[in-house]
Amino acid sequence: MDVTRTEVATRPSGARARRGNAARLGLLAVPVAFFALFFAWPVAAIVARGLRVDGVWRLGRIADVVTQSDIRHVLWFTTWQALASTALTLLVALPGAYVFARLDFPGRQVLRAVVTVPFVLPTVVVGTAFLALVGRGGLLDEVWGVRLDTTVWAILLAHVFFNYAVVVRTVGGLWAQLDPRQEEAARMLGASPLRAWRRVTLPALAPAVAAAALMVFLFTFTSFGVVQILGGPTFSTLEVEIYRQTSEIFDLSTAAVLTIVQFVAVGAILAVHAWTVRRRESALRLVDASVTARRPRGAGQWALLAGVLATVAVLLLLPLAVLVQRSLDAPDFRYYRALTGDAGDTFLVPPIDAIGNSLQYALAATAIAVVIGALAAAALARRDAGRLVRGFDALLMLPLGVSAVTVGFGFLIALDKPPLDLRQSWILVPLAQALVGVPFVVRTMLPVLRAVDARLREAAAVLGASPWRVWREVDLPLVRRALLVAAGFAFAVSLGEFGATVFIARPDNPTLPVAVARLLGRPGDLNYGQAMALSTILMVVCAVALLVLERLRTDRTGEF
Amino acid sequence: MLLSLEDATVRFGGRAVLDAVGLDVAEHEVVCVLGPSGSGKSTLLRAVSGLQPLDAGRVLLDDRDQAGVPAHKRGVGLMFQDHQLFPQRDVAGNVAFGLRMHGASRSEQQERVRELLDLVGLPGAERRAVGALSGGEQQRVALARALAPRPRLLMLDEPLGQLDRSLRERLVVELRELFGRLGTTVLAVTHDQGEAFALADRVVVMRDGRIAQSGTPLEVWQRPADEFVARFLGFENVVEGTVAGEAADTPWGKVPVPEDAPQGTRGLLVRPAGVRLVPADEGLRCTVAARTFKATHVAVHLQPEDAPRLEAACALREAPEVGDLVGVEFDAAEIVVLG
Repeated sequence: MDVTRTEVATRPSGARARRGNAARLGLLAVPVAFFALFFAWPVAAIVARGLRVDGVWRLGRIADVVTQSDIRHVLWFTTWQALASTALTLLVALPGAYVFARLDFPGRQVLRAVVTVPFVLPTVVVGTAFLALVGRGGLLDEVWGVRLDTTVWAILLAHVFFNYAVVVRTVGGLWAQLDPRQEEAARMLGASPLRAWRRVTLPALAPAVAAAALMVFLFTFTSFGVVQILGGPTFSTLEVEIYRQTSEIFDLSTAAVLTIVQFVAVGAILAVHAWTVRRRESALRLVDASVTARRPRGAGQWALLAGVLATVAVLLLLPLAVLVQRSLDAPDFRYYRALTGDAGDTFLVPPIDAIGNSLQYALAATAIAVVIGALAAAALARRDAGRLVRGFDALLMLPLGVSAVTVGFGFLIALDKPPLDLRQSWILVPLAQALVGVPFVVRTMLPVLRAVDARLREAAAVLGASPWRVWREVDLPLVRRALLVAAGFAFAVSLGEFGATVFIARPDNPTLPVAVARLLGRPGDLNYGQAMALSTILMVVCAVALLVLERLRTDRTGEF
Repeated sequence: MLLSLEDATVRFGGRAVLDAVGLDVAEHEVVCVLGPSGSGKSTLLRAVSGLQPLDAGRVLLDDRDQAGVPAHKRGVGLMFQDHQLFPQRDVAGNVAFGLRMHGASRSEQQERVRELLDLVGLPGAERRAVGALSGGEQQRVALARALAPRPRLLMLDEPLGQLDRSLRERLVVELRELFGRLGTTVLAVTHDQGEAFALADRVVVMRDGRIAQSGTPLEVWQRPADEFVARFLGFENVVEGTVAGEAADTPWGKVPVPEDAPQGTRGLLVRPAGVRLVPADEGLRCTVAARTFKATHVAVHLQPEDAPRLEAACALREAPEVGDLVGVEFDAAEIVVLG
């Protein structure tokens, strides 16, 4: 390849770079305004609420709050359960990453899609499913009289259930693309199979493992729905504590301080994550993933395959099966039929209305997220993006990491007074959900947009296409599919969103996850059964959405 | 002039990739820019097409300065090295793209696409997917696509670079015929001298962003301007010598030079055909170090004592064996005194 060509492609000279930057900033204006208004402003409001006492800034408030013994206990539990969940997830999922990347067996594609389903399931559904499996009157209770919902194990297992796909996707995705000939070269130079793996493959995988571990740590550190449902009165993460302080103790100031603590912790984790991702971009020899898988050979590989399949069956499929079974555990679909009726004091409206609410909110949130996310991705996609633009890329990821509770709590205290009083507006919920959905859209679109060869655009320009025409004729057709996938993700995420919605959904307009949580908070078989039924409906909608997306998705479509 | 470059300069970082290049291309002329990787050939094409802004100098098309004219309004065609066919469109969609951009009607588009596919030897290929085409077919589609909007200047970036040898040789003849018939003005770049000589009316040799030599293929081949051009064309027998009258002092001894040769210390090129083998006790004594078979002749590598190696071209039957001792004499007609 001509040396000058690569330089040509990456370095525009002065005047053009400036013009490009102006266009990019134009594209960025809308997403920036959106994030300033609905993310930065609420976060600022949280900081002010937490640290300003009687008009005076008091940073000491942080020390005051975190030294309280019950808060110290929460901090400690949040950290160690996240560490334990991460270790357990890696232990269980790394063999899975290998099996799905390197072994070829019937049904591999379908199963790969199936293990991804838990990741997009609403946390509330996961919590409910594990309650049905290991809780009071659950399957284990009935068969062996074992209950785990009073122990931390229920939470840890649910976290593994949730994040299994993260490890399989992140590590396995890279593993499938590592050139096997690298290992073969090491073998030819005299390395044993194990040694070749340790010296060649493991170092190549290490950054991906680290990135996956950090992501799992982040998700479990900010776990809300699962702990809210399975944690009972004993176990509480920072997120749950923030919610408790807000909705039960009405101590908004303490909640704000806790949110700041969480914000700082998450920022640190994200910074480390960004660093490992950059390391992951180091030059590796990658090949097409479809050519690296082999039929299993030898007892060892067959045993590994069997082990992984059994794990998937027990850990991922069983809880969902039990959930469905519980929802049907009354004659004549009684739990489902009860959803349409008046549920007494739990709701102002029949639970079935939550489905309509959820769909409407999710559609609106999807539209917002796709517009904002696509604009941001288009601006970020250029290889010559400056530092400012790259910084915005990191900022976009914040709402995802910073946790839904921060977003919800921020909305609650920032958008309730003029000039921006949205408390009574239905748009509040979709806005919060869109904020959580935008990172997914950007992450899905960005790799595809970046993969569009700049010279295709140049070919179109030389043939007479104006810049706008180039975008319409070259970029759009290539990313249409990714746009669809992004929209699907945003929809699924919005549908299952719980942490933010629970703060701001109005009592007479609950969404599905909020309705499930409320039903679980009530005594009685009928409420329990209805929660199971609603969860099943939500699970089916999300799973179907994901499986449709899985068919649309090409290999290059995104990182999630 | 259809195309003029005046002191065209492009810098990447501090390095000038195009360094004050001046170049004229007349209407209906086929000009081929020849040079090694990194000599600035591709950048030259990108500068003319408007994809790469100049840091200094001017590009003129039909005597009009193109500064500030964006690529899509220059009316030039560019065929990319790896074709860059639009993967989501079929063959007809690719060929018609430029026509659509210029607002041609549907029937005009269809008519022109059919005409062009006939021209490039792919009749009836309209509905085929570009991913299913062979390398040679992709090349033809790319050519048809570039020709479709009738550009005033067609530029080709390594037009045959990725094809195998026999196909390349066939296509070069086809292209030459086609451009002659259409009267197309062409500016092509390549690193392959055979391609350049076969295709071009005029060859321009580039080195480090500058033009080293410009002339007809015959001129360039017969009288390389300097040592760089000579070596780039594949000549190995280049040394420095002092020319006085009709002979030159070189590490290989006294070498005869043509009558009108410039005098003084200069580079000297001895074509392999000008190295005559004689019995070992006559002329310069050499040992045969290696011989390589070149189909029409054998290239014999000779190692004189205390002097650089010499390459000689021998008929198949007369070639000595490795290790033989031979003598060497030089033929003035095959010797070029370089600028």
